This record gives sequence, C-alpha cells and structure tokens, in this order.
Amino acid sequence: MQVSINVNGEQRSHEVEDRTLLVQYLRDDCGLTGTNIGCDTTSCGACTVLLDGESVKSCTVLAAQADGHQVTTIEGLADGDELHPMQRAFQRKHGLQCGFCTPGMVMASVSLIEENPNPTEAEVRAGLEGNLCRCTGYHNIVEAVLSAAEEKQGAAE
Amino acid sequence: MIPAAFTYKKAGSVEEALSLLAEHGDDAKLLAGGHSLLPLMKLRLAVPEVLIDLGGLHELSYVREDGDEIRIGALTRHHDLEHSELLAREVPLLAHAAGTIGDPQVRHRGTIGGSLVHGDPASDLPAVALALDAVLVAQGPSGRREIPATEFFTDFFETALGEDELLVEIRVAKNPAQGWDFQKFTKRAIDWAVVGVAVAGDRVALVNMGPAPMRARGVEEALASGASPAEAAERAAEDTSPPDQASATADYRKHLAKVLVRRALEAAAARRA
Ligand SMILES: Cc1cc2nc3c(=O)[nH]c(=O)nc-3n(C[C@H](O)[C@H](O)[C@H](O)COP(=O)(O)OP(=O)(O)OC[C@H]3O[C@@H](n4cnc5c(N)ncnc54)[C@H](O)[C@@H]3O)c2cc1C
Ligand code: FES
Ligand code: FES
Repeated sequence: MQVSINVNGEQRSHEVEDRTLLVQYLRDDCGLTGTNIGCDTTSCGACTVLLDGESVKSCTVLAAQADGHQVTTIEGLADGDELHPMQRAFQRKHGLQCGFCTPGMVMASVSLIEENPNPTEAEVRAGLEGNLCRCTGYHNIVEAVLSAAEEKQGAAE
Repeated sequence: MIPAAFTYKKAGSVEEALSLLAEHGDDAKLLAGGHSLLPLMKLRLAVPEVLIDLGGLHELSYVREDGDEIRIGALTRHHDLEHSELLAREVPLLAHAAGTIGDPQVRHRGTIGGSLVHGDPASDLPAVALALDAVLVAQGPSGRREIPATEFFTDFFETALGEDELLVEIRVAKNPAQGWDFQKFTKRAIDWAVVGVAVAGDRVALVNMGPAPMRARGVEEALASGASPAEAAERAAEDTSPPDQASATADYRKHLAKVLVRRALEAAAARRA
C-alpha cells in the first residue's frame, strides 16, 4: 500500500507492505535510524516517537495507521545546529550513559512536558514509566526533564 | 517481530466497518488502538487475513453528557478518559482507573472499546465497567442493541459481542455522590494488575480473579446486610478462581483480594463522607 506521512516536517510517500510497523518504516524506508528498537514488545520505550505530537511506541503502531498524520523523531527535534531544549537539558544534566534509551527518553519527555508543563519529580517519574534505561541512569534523566521544564517555564514568563 | 501478512483496510464509517466485517467474516479482525491486538499479531497468536482499522472513526471518540447519563464513544482513548473534566466530575472512577493503565504511550493509543471487547480478565476497564453497571451499545447489521456489562464478559477473552458487531458506545449513570475507589497492585512499572478492585457505591468488581472480569457478589451481599468494610472484605475470594502462577499463586491472589477490597471499601466510604 501507499503511505503518505509527514515526517519531521517533510511530506514523504512510500510503497510499503501492509504489515510494516512504523518503526521499520522510519528506520528502513526513511533511513531515520535515531529511533531504536529495544524490546520490540511495547515494554521499553526505546522506539518512542511523537504521532501528532503525542508519544507512542512505534514498534506497536502500523505505518498504515500513521498514514496522513505527522510523526516527529529524534532527528526532527533540533533546529539546524540548535539543539532542542530537551536535548540540551539531557546534555547539561548528563541524562545519558550508553545512550541507547536516549532518543525514546527524550521523545517521551517532550510529550510529557507538553501535557504537563510544570511537573513534580514524582510526575516525571510516573510519566516516564514506559521507558526503561538499561544503564539505570534514571536520576539524571529525571533531573534533565525537570531542568527543561524549568527553562521552558522561565522562557514563558 | 513482524506480524504475518494481512490486507489492511481503513473503515471510513461505522457502516463501512460493518460491511467489511460482513464481507470478510472470520478472516477479519477490527483494529482500534492496536495495543492488545498488534502485540498478539507480532507473536503470531492472532493471524487475521484482513485488518479493518477503526482509527479513522472520529465520530466514535467522545465523552458526552445526556441527562442523567454519560455516554462514551468506543474509540475514546485512555488518555482522553484520564483527562476528561466531565468524567472527573461525574464518573471519577473511570477517569482515575484509565490513568493507571500501562504507561503514557499506551494510553495515547489504547481505547475503552478495545479494552472491553478484548475481555482480558487482567485488564482494568472491564472491572470498572462492571462496578459502574455500565451499558454497552453494540451495532450490527440489524441495528443497535444494549448489553449490560454484567452480561458482556462471558469467559476467558470471550464477550457477548457478535462476530458481526461493533461496540460503539458505553453508557454510565452519573455517580458523583457515590463513594468510589480503584486499587491496583502491580509488581513493576507498566505491569497489569496482580489483583485489582473497583468500587462504585455498593458495587464491587475484581480484576484478575477468574477467567472473566467479575463482580464480588459475596462482598456486595455482606455490605447490603450491614457488614463493615473489613467484614465484607473477608468474602472477597468467594467464587473466584484466580490464575495460579509462580509469580503470584492463587492463594496469594485470594489473600490480596481481601486486603485490596478492604482498602477500596474504606477509601470509598471516606470519599462518600
Ligand atoms: C505495555 C502495555 C501495557 C498495558 N497495560 C495495561 C494495563 O495496565 N491495564 C489494562 O487494562 N490494559 C493494559 N494494556 C492494554 C491496553 O489497555 C490496550 O490498549 C487495550 O486492552 C486494547 O485497546 P485497543 O484500543 O488498543 O484495542 P485493539 O488492540 O485494537 O483491539 C483489541 C480487541 O478488541 C477488538 N475491538 C477493538 N475495538 C472494537 C470495537 N469498537 N468493536 C468491536 N471490537 C473491537 C479488536 O478486534 C481486538 O480483538 C497494556 C498494553 C500494553 C501494550
Ligand atoms: S522497542 Fe518499542 S517499546 Fe521496546
Ligand atoms: S543510557 Fe544506556 S540504556 Fe539508558
């Protein structure tokens, strides 16, 4: 089937098998390998992307379900050389170790802050429930998200 | 893991979904949020030849007030239940329980209709629908019919919905004055409940205590005859047959059900006061 998806602001059209998963489509058809596949069973969140602005696990969405919609991956966050505030916060707070979970963590965090601009630490921890870090660097990840939220609040005032 | 090959069809209307269902019969499966079905298809535990996507039926995504009732479209996502101000005010049990499902990503995709039709005894919303005495509205080739939640969940992953029918709406009475509570015991993040309890007024329902989601009739009887929460909770394991697994034995779950029912009844009483 033909799918037409706006990926990172660019309209893309591809012929894919009906059973193609969104994560496969992004990695194999679009060549956007920033989105990782960890568990492949909807558990780890490594494959998290934004679908119409909301976090989803792209290993459990069909490319066909995203047809006509907007997808944002980790590659779509930065504005040229200017990193997204959430990416900067992960850098500033050292919110990564091996980096495997990071694209999914960052995308889930962007969605979290969008829905809850001023989260408590407990809300950040609950909001990242669907993302596992095998290096268990949760402490600094939570710090990064809180820091990004603070920065955004400051900018809004 | 990739599902076995299938033909994808997108339904543009309820009527089109029904006619695709009639055309393809047993070979077809309906797809809502896909967060129960796609994992099964990736494991090849479900191998439909035709997948009928309901995702475009935005007319089935709503939470609406209608007199003394709240009507919820079957395609309403867990996330939208969780954040509905109308539900928070009129049916807080449903908004709260929806917010405990899986994780935010799962709640952005999963729907109330999919949760109910899937009929998993470990799922949260079937027990909530039972406690709320919800009415489920099915639409088939010969029109609409209403099925009380108490008659909907028939067996392990089995419901009263016909093969040629769609679940289109869930109706619940407004119940803000009633005490309510939802208890869910999990071992890890994201997990399904080891045991769960939904309380709405004098109705009590259990998650994961038998092949199908069920009401705790013994507890309800005890409450009706004036028992205290602690006394009534002692009857929580009556007529149950919970799964017996190394991770949680049947005896453990029966004990847990009593503890959680007591907590839920006490919390519900505190909310009513
Ligand atoms: C990681 C993870 C964690 C989860 N944790 C929980 C949890 O803690 N608690 C919980 O309750 N659930 C949990 N779930 C399940 C989740 O809530 C699912 O979204 C839900 O059970 C199914 O809804 P869906 O819209 O995704 O349905 P789908 O997967 O699309 O469909 C499920 C079934 O229902 C049928 N169907 C769907 N809609 C209709 C309709 N309108 N009419 C007729 N048939 C229909 C489909 O044909 C299919 O057989 C979890 C899922 C995942 C992946
Ligand atoms: S790869 Fe999708 S959740 Fe783990
Ligand atoms: S940084 Fe290594 S998995 Fe999270």
